[in-house]
Amino acid sequence: MPKITFIDAAGAQRTVEAKNGMTVMETAVKNNIPGIDADCGGACACATCHVYVKAEYLDRVGKPSAMEQSMLDFAENVKENSRLSCQIKISDDLEGLSVTTPESQH
Amino acid sequence: MASGIEHVVVIGAGQAGAQAAYSLRQSGFEGALTLLGDEAYPPYQRPPLSKGYLKGELEADRLFLKPGSYYSDNRIDLVTSAAPVRLDLAARRVEFQAGPALGWDRLVIATGARPRMLTLPGAGLDGVLALRTLADVDQLRPYLTTGARLIVIGGGYIGLEAAAAACRLGVSVTLLEAAPQLLGRVTGPEIADFFLRTHRAAGVNVRLNAVIEGFEGTGRVSTVRLAGGERLDCDVVLVGIGVIPNLELAQQAGLACGAGLIVDRAGRTSHPDVFAAGDLVQRPLVHYGRVGRLESVHNAIEGGKIVAASILGLPPPTEEAPWFWSDQFDVKLQTAGLWTGADQRVVRGDLESGRFAVFYLKEGRILAVDAVNAGPEFLVGKRLAALSARLAPSELADVNLSMKEIGARALG
Ligand SMILES: Cc1cc2nc3c(=O)[nH]c(=O)nc-3n(C[C@H](O)[C@H](O)[C@H](O)COP(=O)(O)OP(=O)(O)OC[C@H]3O[C@@H](n4cnc5c(N)ncnc54)[C@H](O)[C@@H]3O)c2cc1C
Ligand code: FES
Repeated sequence: MPKITFIDAAGAQRTVEAKNGMTVMETAVKNNIPGIDADCGGACACATCHVYVKAEYLDRVGKPSAMEQSMLDFAENVKENSRLSCQIKISDDLEGLSVTTPESQH
Repeated sequence: MASGIEHVVVIGAGQAGAQAAYSLRQSGFEGALTLLGDEAYPPYQRPPLSKGYLKGELEADRLFLKPGSYYSDNRIDLVTSAAPVRLDLAARRVEFQAGPALGWDRLVIATGARPRMLTLPGAGLDGVLALRTLADVDQLRPYLTTGARLIVIGGGYIGLEAAAAACRLGVSVTLLEAAPQLLGRVTGPEIADFFLRTHRAAGVNVRLNAVIEGFEGTGRVSTVRLAGGERLDCDVVLVGIGVIPNLELAQQAGLACGAGLIVDRAGRTSHPDVFAAGDLVQRPLVHYGRVGRLESVHNAIEGGKIVAASILGLPPPTEEAPWFWSDQFDVKLQTAGLWTGADQRVVRGDLESGRFAVFYLKEGRILAVDAVNAGPEFLVGKRLAALSARLAPSELADVNLSMKEIGARALG
């Protein structure tokens, strides 16, 4: 089971065990990680699960789908490494993944 | 802050009640917090019940809003399978059939809504089901095997989503809608026609203007009888004809009710220390200058946050335009704003392409948008609707102008 590190906007880190097949968003929710609202529960409908993916993992998490990309285009404070965490599925490939949560999801 | 509040009791552990409890703790409320739910489960999301969960794509524990440990870690006394029977506002107590009453300083009512059922002959037969709770899905799903025959009554979002999910499971689905159009209560003809075509193309037998006379079967439903004598054989019936707000507790307590339990912008009922949120309430729709009752996750979450802020005397969150989504087959519909009262509809994109949006305007101002597989139209449209932005229909319809540019023009 891969380990994932969540870093909040102030820099505080928390590393948790993730489960293959779940999403990064679900992993955050299950572990009470603040900073991810996930209002739509992972339906790619709300863009309140926005995270920044650490550069060296960008390739491994894959490209956003067209729908996710279009949601990202209009989310707040989007950067090159922005992703919606409900659309990133955990696998062994993502061992050590680290994502930063934005200051606000709105 | 919140001085003198020792105990907040929340009735109804659904999306709104849970959010109120989460937000109270997140905002630093230190007193006792009890969350009473009459279901057997901790708070969970309902949207997947007619989508991925119905299709068997995810396990029940992925529906829960928080892990079990969250409640103990945050000193939220979550009581499941609890059913308060009476509120005594004067004594500030919640009473139960058995066991001691529970005192409160602030009360939150978030009892949601329940499915409206049919009163036709045979409606009480086994196999005539509704879809609101996890327990409902557990009843329905065993019927949904390859080749089984499902009749869905009602062409609203839940009926359509369930029809799509069942269709994907290899079930033979007939959908009966009483009106001449699907989704009549919630959207305009373009979106309704689009979903009609989508469902028919996928093999759902959609029948509009259907008048149902009753259900037949020995113990279990096996036939739906239509006016005119036609009889449709089936293995199971799903009724999705809307919901009724669970107002009984509030009404018995004498709280003012209209189409729902009436709250002000702060989520306060007619009693100053009793608050409410979610499907149950009739609230001010600040972007539209009227009141109304909404049924959506966003409305429940926003209402829960507003109530928590009011109880603690904190500034309330800014209301967004109401929004909602629906997943059917490969279509994601996202809607923002409320279209009632529109005098003009503007289509952006090609209705046949499976990626387009319909903007609803009144006197040149944007009321709402329905976006089909069109994230930008939804996200920009949500901000435009919140501001009642004025936009030329020709600009909105011009796909050579990006939504970014359109947003920049209108929002400055
Ligand atoms: C199948 C389905 C699909 C949906 N899909 C979407 C979607 O895609 N997008 C969207 O935005 N919205 C969707 N919704 C709507 C959304 O789920 C609701 O609007 C939302 O759950 C309302 O939250 P609530 O807390 O007001 O009510 P609920 O979630 O219904 O919670 C109320 C709770 O209170 C309990 N209760 C009632 N009376 C009592 C009592 N006396 N004592 C204790 N507990 C009591 C109820 O059992 C329930 O658990 C869907 C709803 C359903 C049923
Ligand atoms: S949780 Fe809503 S888009 Fe990810």
